[in-house]
Amino acid sequence: MADVLDRPDVRSSPVADAKTRLKIIDCDIHPSLNSRAEIGAFLSKRWQDHLKTYGDHLRVPFTSTTPYPRSSPLICRRDAWPPNGRLPGSDLPFMRLQHLDPLNVEFGILQVLDLFIFSQQNLEFGAAIQRAINEWQLECWCKPEPRLRASILVGQDNTEAAVAEIERCAVTGKYIQVNVSPRANEPLGRRRYWPIYEAAQAAGLPLGIHVGGYGGHAPTGGGWPSYYNEEHHTNAHSVAAALTSLVIEGVPERFPKLKFVFIEGGFGWVPAITWRMDKHWQHFRDEVPHVKRPPSQYVREHFWFTTQPIEEPDNAHHLRAVIEWIGIDRLLFSSDYPHWDYDDARFAFKTPLTDAERLKIFNTNARAVYTFN
Amino acid sequence: MRIDCDIHPGLEGTRTTLLPYLDDHWKEQVVSRAIDGLDLTSYPPNLPLSCRSDWRPKTGKPGSDFDMLSAQVFDGFGASHAICNVLYGAQAVYDPYMAAAFCRAINDWIAAEWLARDPRLRASIVLPMQAPDLAVEEIERRAGDLRFVSALVLAQGETLLGRRHFWPVYAAAERHKLPLAIHSGSQYRMAPSSIGWPSYRLEYYIAEAQAHQAQLLSLILEGVFGKYPALKVVLMESGISWLPAFMWRANKTWKGVRVEVPWVERPPADIMRDHVRLTIQPFDTPPDQAGIDQLIDQIGSDRMLLFSSDYPHWQFDGCDPIPPGLPSSLIERMCSTNPLETFPRVQANS
Repeated sequence: MADVLDRPDVRSSPVADAKTRLKIIDCDIHPSLNSRAEIGAFLSKRWQDHLKTYGDHLRVPFTSTTPYPRSSPLICRRDAWPPNGRLPGSDLPFMRLQHLDPLNVEFGILQVLDLFIFSQQNLEFGAAIQRAINEWQLECWCKPEPRLRASILVGQDNTEAAVAEIERCAVTGKYIQVNVSPRANEPLGRRRYWPIYEAAQAAGLPLGIHVGGYGGHAPTGGGWPSYYNEEHHTNAHSVAAALTSLVIEGVPERFPKLKFVFIEGGFGWVPAITWRMDKHWQHFRDEVPHVKRPPSQYVREHFWFTTQPIEEPDNAHHLRAVIEWIGIDRLLFSSDYPHWDYDDARFAFKTPLTDAERLKIFNTNARAVYTFN
Repeated sequence: MRIDCDIHPGLEGTRTTLLPYLDDHWKEQVVSRAIDGLDLTSYPPNLPLSCRSDWRPKTGKPGSDFDMLSAQVFDGFGASHAICNVLYGAQAVYDPYMAAAFCRAINDWIAAEWLARDPRLRASIVLPMQAPDLAVEEIERRAGDLRFVSALVLAQGETLLGRRHFWPVYAAAERHKLPLAIHSGSQYRMAPSSIGWPSYRLEYYIAEAQAHQAQLLSLILEGVFGKYPALKVVLMESGISWLPAFMWRANKTWKGVRVEVPWVERPPADIMRDHVRLTIQPFDTPPDQAGIDQLIDQIGSDRMLLFSSDYPHWQFDGCDPIPPGLPSSLIERMCSTNPLETFPRVQANS
């Protein structure tokens, strides 16, 4: 695979170059199950049988692949397939060799997408596999690799089970955040989900919101697009809408200690949605008296954004302007390993950053959000 | 010359305003079934957004008073021409024949009672996109009247606008030099985004920007601009500050997965700069001059913005719809050169 993209082949040169001496906190790494059988060890017989017979029940047309075929198998970098034949992201030694070691990753935060726990229509099944996935992260990833951190995945539409799972996991002290999906039955700011925020705030854990999921709504307000190209872009729309929902419903007002992290939505969209919220809030204030301050102030104080997929304007100074508009302290580096649109920490930021600024984006900003024990 | 590309004359109702413009069948239907009250949920008449308080007529719907509108838009804002975009529920009813009948009535009403009354007014042909063949018929029926300068659809409909079943509409629009005007507003079929139905109207209005983005991507990636190279699209009341970041991401994703759309042979942002125009109100930009300068620089074209007041919608205070801080060369372009390039029929009749 020597011909892929612009990154060195780490299997032949696994030594970090001088630029990567900076220790990196990667806020978005995707571990995978090598097969669904692997999760069986964490499921009761009943749910093992259910998984085998009934499988997922998601609001999508196909049972065994994504609604929009991706540009590469399993959404992954073509060089991310381990030589031992396992699936990309499923082999810890290869993840170390290809990503954690050469990129000098100090901590990596796991984001599990397998089994779409957020989107299961059968809520009992969803609750069973969310527990299994949360156990699997600790057992198969965090225990053998101390640099990795697990998230408490909870499907928010089973709010009661979500709260119980947060409480069960939080007392172990082994999880770094609570994860929900931007796509569910209702927008994230709606009151039915507030018990989850209450539990996360009580546990002192940030709320991570990773793009994806199937909430049953069309990807756009105008219907279903034809192409993956469009659907990929709607990830940014989903997090912009989720940010709007959380702020305009008054969630940061109600849960002032809760930190929100939007993951894998990029960040180029943030300034515009913030200006837009501020502008129109002025004319709709009577409708939302619980939003006491301009929306931008809540964004500036309560929300963080991971950087991948990094914006790539033709003019690098334009990226600089966006970073300054959002605030350099709000950005958390993420790679999205091993997916095809991976950002390599060495090359992703094509705009000049000082060493102090790099340190913030690649490391210390994450420390201000998360507690790394 | 100063062309206001987005104003909204108000329409009282189906059984009042439109009744004389309906055929016998629909007259009977409208009266006997009391089919009325089709004000769009996107613009409830009493909403502050729908009418600035000092522009609210003593009686009647926002924008329904010709003298008030004329005094404000022409005398107040100094427009030489203004394009009427009627936002009434014809575009959102489910029955395609009813939709077509109401669109015909709206278009005939605006011609008879507004365009005929003031030679400075122009209008968009309101299209029943529920049935693309009937939308084509409506374009053909009204296109001979050069006072109609564009074809109007809502930003959120039943299917995305790039889909092939709409292409005959674009063929007709291109043939008659009518840009496709996509105006904020929804048929309320789908939630405004993939995360579901928001609680507040404020959220819904904020989300309009994303609806416009989704439509642009659809039109570009389905290949509409390759198929209809003379077609222009005007986003109306879309906001503008989302444009640069949207263009960057559209380009980046296209580079990554263009194998899926081989007919899109140029970066999407290049296609947008050639084919897509945006009206300037609401001017949802950064609050400071340096930020506005940055944003204009990022848009990277002085041909994309079109002057609009969005009268009587409440987007700005004071008497000047042109936001402070724009360079004079850009103001000149967005008030006359750009609108004339975009709506060539405006001048054909002046």
